[in-house]
Amino acid sequence: MSSLHAEHGPRHHPALAHHFEDLEQQKEASSFGMWVFLVTEIMFFGGLFCAYLIYRRASFAAFAEASATLDIDLGAFNTAVLIGSSLTMALAVWSAQMSRKKLVVLFLLATFVLGGVFLGVKVVEYGHKFHEHHVPGRHFEWENPATEAGAEMFFSLYFAMTGLHASHMVVGMGLILFLLVPAWRGRYGRDYYNPIECFGLYWHFVDIVWIFLFPLLYLIGRHGVPGGH
Amino acid sequence: MTDHVVSRKIYFLVFIALMVGTAVTVWVAFFDLGAANDAIMLTIAVAKATLVVLYFMHVRYSGRLIALTVGSGILFLLILLALALADYVTRGWVVLGR
Amino acid sequence: MSTSAATALPEPNYLSAGWTLRSWLLTKDHKRIAILYMVSVTLFFVLGGVFAFLARLELLTPAGDMVTADVYNRLFTMHGVIMVFFFLIPSVPAVLGNFLVPLMIGAKDLAFPRINLLSWYLFMIGGTITVAAILLGGVDTGWTFYTPYSTVYSNSHVVLTVIGVFINGFSSILTGLNFIVTIHRMRAPGLTWFRLPLFIWAHYATSLIMILGTPVVAITLLLVAVERLLHLGIFDPALGGDPVLFQHLFWFYSHPAVYIMILPSMGVVSELIAAFARKKVFGYHFVAFASIAIAILGFLVWGHHLFVSGQSTYAGLVFSVLSMLVAIPSAVKVFNWTATLHQGSISRETPMLYALGFIGLFTIGGLTGVMLATTGIDVHVHDTYFVVAHFHYIMVGGAIMGYLGGLHYWWPKITGRLYPRFWSKISALLVFIGFNLTFFPQFILGYLGMPRRYWSYPEEFQVLNVLSTAGATILGVGYVFPLVYLLYSLRRGAAAGDNPWGAAGLEWETTSPPPTFNFEHEPVVTGGPYDFTNVKEALFDE
Repeated sequence: MSSLHAEHGPRHHPALAHHFEDLEQQKEASSFGMWVFLVTEIMFFGGLFCAYLIYRRASFAAFAEASATLDIDLGAFNTAVLIGSSLTMALAVWSAQMSRKKLVVLFLLATFVLGGVFLGVKVVEYGHKFHEHHVPGRHFEWENPATEAGAEMFFSLYFAMTGLHASHMVVGMGLILFLLVPAWRGRYGRDYYNPIECFGLYWHFVDIVWIFLFPLLYLIGRHGVPGGH
Repeated sequence: MTDHVVSRKIYFLVFIALMVGTAVTVWVAFFDLGAANDAIMLTIAVAKATLVVLYFMHVRYSGRLIALTVGSGILFLLILLALALADYVTRGWVVLGR
Repeated sequence: MSTSAATALPEPNYLSAGWTLRSWLLTKDHKRIAILYMVSVTLFFVLGGVFAFLARLELLTPAGDMVTADVYNRLFTMHGVIMVFFFLIPSVPAVLGNFLVPLMIGAKDLAFPRINLLSWYLFMIGGTITVAAILLGGVDTGWTFYTPYSTVYSNSHVVLTVIGVFINGFSSILTGLNFIVTIHRMRAPGLTWFRLPLFIWAHYATSLIMILGTPVVAITLLLVAVERLLHLGIFDPALGGDPVLFQHLFWFYSHPAVYIMILPSMGVVSELIAAFARKKVFGYHFVAFASIAIAILGFLVWGHHLFVSGQSTYAGLVFSVLSMLVAIPSAVKVFNWTATLHQGSISRETPMLYALGFIGLFTIGGLTGVMLATTGIDVHVHDTYFVVAHFHYIMVGGAIMGYLGGLHYWWPKITGRLYPRFWSKISALLVFIGFNLTFFPQFILGYLGMPRRYWSYPEEFQVLNVLSTAGATILGVGYVFPLVYLLYSLRRGAAAGDNPWGAAGLEWETTSPPPTFNFEHEPVVTGGPYDFTNVKEALFDE
């Protein structure tokens, strides 16, 4: 048994878990594990996309009318913000790989701030919907009786999909805070940056979901609406 | 570590491409191109997602296993969407008995 | 505790590595986590079994006279929810898979030990919430939660129950994730894919399904809860929603879920047949590929649950054909197991009895599945006892017998102890007889038109129902026996030694019970599985 509780010699990296042979195996396992998790996220959001496609097909006119009430400027702005945050996150990984430890902290913070901006805009948008009585349920109001049911369905899906997306962003921002502490202490560098890379994968995934949500929710039949608002 | 380090230049190029794609998507939305509107929007979205996956997420530089993993996620999502839609699209195609 | 040579266990081992509650509840050892699961799934099995038994008692008489219809609805619903989500899905993978996957591939543990522990806690939290829902009165929607009954009209604890199931889903997802990464990345040197035991292939295929399917039912149940709480109309026709959409999303997972329930047991059966015929599995590659094929094809057939729901006829045709295709890899396995028996050195040990029972009963269940895939037949027997019999042949005659067979096979490895073989054979016999008596009459009842989920029925069905309830009683006794003698063996069983069955496999090359890190020295694999040339004979001469 003593061979398994071997000496923690100089070659034993502090971040290496005992059941792995070496850091390489550990890194491969954790990246692969994060990817497998992202596959589950694809299917998790996928259920909502399925519902969305089916209802959009059934009530296209209502969906177009409802979509036109969303603020396209805010939506486009948010898309740009999220893409920017993906850039800063990619740069955070780069910084870790280059052992530029201060830059890791900087780019993680930038990602956090951009994420916060996105969520702030979403709060504003949700506020608009609340005031216009477009939140589905008891207080939903819609002028056109012919498209009322379809519009309410659109907004159910709008809140479900952007809500699920936003909650993933909140979790992501919480995780950034978690990473900031060891990053500040210089823990992430060329030899070991698994957590940064794995978190980066998660953050990029959340960005990809929005890349699809934006056109699907905000840009249905805009051409039919004068001025687009 | 034998990891490939993606250059910052590539990251910035991808970023520009993503921003351009977003701008084009919004611009096209205001023109009535019939069925092509949806097709163009989706194509651009898929292209953007592909760039993020390949470069930001390093799949271009990872092994076959990762590529296979991403591929299977997309495949099974498409199975869900395609077979479920297949029900709705084909309602009324086959009428028995009457 | 006796210290005679016959009962002394090798030290140190993973069981003696710590005696405190903390060492169990905060363990990262996959073997201890397997035991935690073993205890909890057994408790859920007993609970689910009690509900079944109460329902069968009501069905002794044609009239609904023991409980009200409303209570009866809750009985079969809770039976289904508990058995499907808290027993069948986790049992083999979380108990036997967790224990054996690292051992069989020569690793020290799974890739993510803490996530493994988290998996168990999520299982327990989900289970506790569901039990809370039961104590508050339960749910009456059927385990399938069809809308709009579940989202609008049911006056039962739907939200609480679906939250419990939702949380449990993440337990499943994390187990699958752990297995996939472990099998890809932690195999011992020399252990190539086609040298892996078929148990591993089966668990790999199962994990694919867990990863790809579970999230869809998760989001669907979340929508059910949200709809019920906020009065949205996603699935409610009165508000423009579509109940068939619910069924599509629900069955997209729940059909592949049945393969989560059966594939691991099939993996067990491959191991049992090889060990007790002392012969390598015939057509190893075919069986390995068949596992993957079942996992993939299983995702293409869910519409066969929607044949009479209003789904398009065209989609029905497509799903019907695809459903017949998925029977093929299952049949391939049955033929290969049978061919393995041919000219093998057959031993009649208890695990083998369960394996043989599995092959016969799974075949019946599978063939009736092909019957159900035929839309013309399904229109006649949908929602009757024919369907109930079909899935119980697979789930109980198949999956549970695989679990019991595996438990009896690996019990000496897990605990270091031998159990009383005579009593174990008696219970296998009771289980087999009780099972068939319970469920074969149900095929007839269903064909004659008795609907499922009804608490009363026409007089002429009584004899068959009485037979079924009698069978359930015998089955129940058959299940109690192992609880008794397996626990007895922990104190009084003889020490098993490394390899009491004379089987081939890395798990048999370490002590019983194994040490915490599984192997003294990392194994190096130089040949394929089921190689008996250098393996000593079994302890018993059956």
